[in-house]
Amino acid sequence: MATANRSRVTAETPVAAKRIKAGHMQRYHTKWGLIFISPWILGFLLWLLIPTVATLIFSFTNYSAVTPELTEFVGLKNYARLPTDPKVITSLWVTIRYALISIPITLGFGLLLAMLGNSEHLLGKNVFRTLFYMPMMIPAVAGAVIWKGVLNTQTGWFNLGLEAVGIPGPDWINSPTWITPALVFIGLWGVGNLMLTLMAGMQGVPTELYEAADLDGANPWHKFRHVTLPMISPVLFYNLTLMLIGTFKYFDMAYVLKDGTGGPADQTLFYVLNWYKNSFEYNLMGYGSALAWVLFLIVLILTIVNFRAQNRWVYYAGD
Amino acid sequence: MAVKEQYMTQRQRNILNKVLVTGIGLFFLLVFLTPLGYMAVTGIKGTDQINDPDASPFWPQSPKTVEYEGEVLQVFEVPTDDDVKELAAVKKTRTMTTFIDPSNPAAGQIEWEGNWRQLTPVYEPDPKWENFRRAWTELNFPRLFRNTLIIAVTGTIGAVGSSILVAYGFSRFDFKGKNALFMILIGTIILPVQATLIPTYIVFARLGWINTFLPLVVPHFFANAYNVFLLRQYFLQIPREIDQAAMIDGAGPFRILTSIIIPQSVPAITAVSLFHFFFAWNDFFTPLIYLVSKPELWPLSVGLQRFNATYGRMPNLIQTGALITLVLPVIIFFSAQRVFMQGIVFSGVEK
Repeated sequence: MATANRSRVTAETPVAAKRIKAGHMQRYHTKWGLIFISPWILGFLLWLLIPTVATLIFSFTNYSAVTPELTEFVGLKNYARLPTDPKVITSLWVTIRYALISIPITLGFGLLLAMLGNSEHLLGKNVFRTLFYMPMMIPAVAGAVIWKGVLNTQTGWFNLGLEAVGIPGPDWINSPTWITPALVFIGLWGVGNLMLTLMAGMQGVPTELYEAADLDGANPWHKFRHVTLPMISPVLFYNLTLMLIGTFKYFDMAYVLKDGTGGPADQTLFYVLNWYKNSFEYNLMGYGSALAWVLFLIVLILTIVNFRAQNRWVYYAGD
Repeated sequence: MAVKEQYMTQRQRNILNKVLVTGIGLFFLLVFLTPLGYMAVTGIKGTDQINDPDASPFWPQSPKTVEYEGEVLQVFEVPTDDDVKELAAVKKTRTMTTFIDPSNPAAGQIEWEGNWRQLTPVYEPDPKWENFRRAWTELNFPRLFRNTLIIAVTGTIGAVGSSILVAYGFSRFDFKGKNALFMILIGTIILPVQATLIPTYIVFARLGWINTFLPLVVPHFFANAYNVFLLRQYFLQIPREIDQAAMIDGAGPFRILTSIIIPQSVPAITAVSLFHFFFAWNDFFTPLIYLVSKPELWPLSVGLQRFNATYGRMPNLIQTGALITLVLPVIIFFSAQRVFMQGIVFSGVEK
């Protein structure tokens, strides 16, 4: 095909040839481009766009999987119920509280590990990186049962360690007060991505900046605060967004640790767990759809707010 | 002389720093990985030890016994006049216990006054390797592995194959609206599955797909944003002159894809395949929703969770089960860690 074109093109005047060739190329590109991306376009319509719109429509009905024949439109009733549903309020509180406690601690831990991992004094950098990343490869369910064991009061090692330094350990998994700190500890196992991206970000900081700071007599803290931190803020920002959204999708760990009950005292009733119970245990799929759309809006708003806030404190080199 | 002295202190300081930083790193690492140690050790404990407050919380062990005249006797630490001896109890009453010395049974019976329950039993190391076999059959691991592999392998083939096509379309062809479509593609990353799941579930239920592998596999044949993004980035780095040269030689777009783009992108394709394989291996949420009432089709994640929920009295087998579940992904990770971590940094830092 291409050779045939070439011989035709040479017969024309150069300018016209170019135009014909351009038109031909454009058609070629459009045709093949669309053919190749068609699986995604089809998938986008089938699995994302249509279902999302359908969820919105469902959210205005009282659809129940048990009695689908009784489905009727109920207007905004599902949405009106949300702020009066104590489980929804609890689940929002559990989720937001977890985000507020877990994200700063995880970020701090990730920064610490990234600095250690990048330190010129650390021997065995590769091993260090690999082993700190490794728990991310552990299936969530396996991780949950391991931690459930480690934190139990009978044979768990966590409380033994605390006793060794004279602190009587609480019943992490069954106490409404201590389950959240337990989840925060468990969450630290997922620090791998954060650590790796921060390490890469830190390696990208030009050494001249540190040399300049040295000339100005900056101490290590000043260098960290005024050179490293601003320079890696895009990576921090990226991770912050991921973690915030991740909290609103938090499910596996809460489900496996407490067998999906949301206990103790609803303290593991994360937003998605509450959505799951409504949609698939109580079969209230109309109400579940409303919960799902609210989740979608929360995630959307978080993302937009994050991108807006980014302009204020994120430093991009070259901007 | 002065210069040399300074050099020495510099060197010494360097060594000190290395020891200090590496020491801190090791300490963190040790604490960080302790749960894995707990898993490994608890997994080979006997069930009796779990409920025995006197037994070591660390090592797998069981009370030491000796055989004496055809009977199995338990060994205790017995305080005698000069030291503590390990003696086997022949006859136990509340006020008086009769012992023999297992190292010297011919010496005859020794009587000890006091309640034998106050004595500390002697333990000996006793790893229960048969826990692996027990967990293997109790959790029905052959079935769990088979199901997980079917889901993960077919899903990976679908996800990677379709994503290669789409990434190729986005990286090599210019057409109207391409950038807008690409933005939509990236935007779909934030869409939570929950926003699409209920109608999808209802449709799958109408199609009779609930309690089959289809809902876990079929949707992956339509590419996804993460894979397409990563592959496209990689494809863009391959010079366009190469495929233009091939085009002049008469190669069509499919030919260029299979003979130039794919062979040039093996690392990116490997990374994407591994990512999807791990995702499918570890996924708990989707199989929970679509397969929960059909134990024959459970993958590892659901099987382990159900076992954990129902057999709380067997924490040792639960830990063995966790070990068996995580061993394959961890081994693959260690053998392919370079590809892996580059992929993460690549997709993470490039934003």
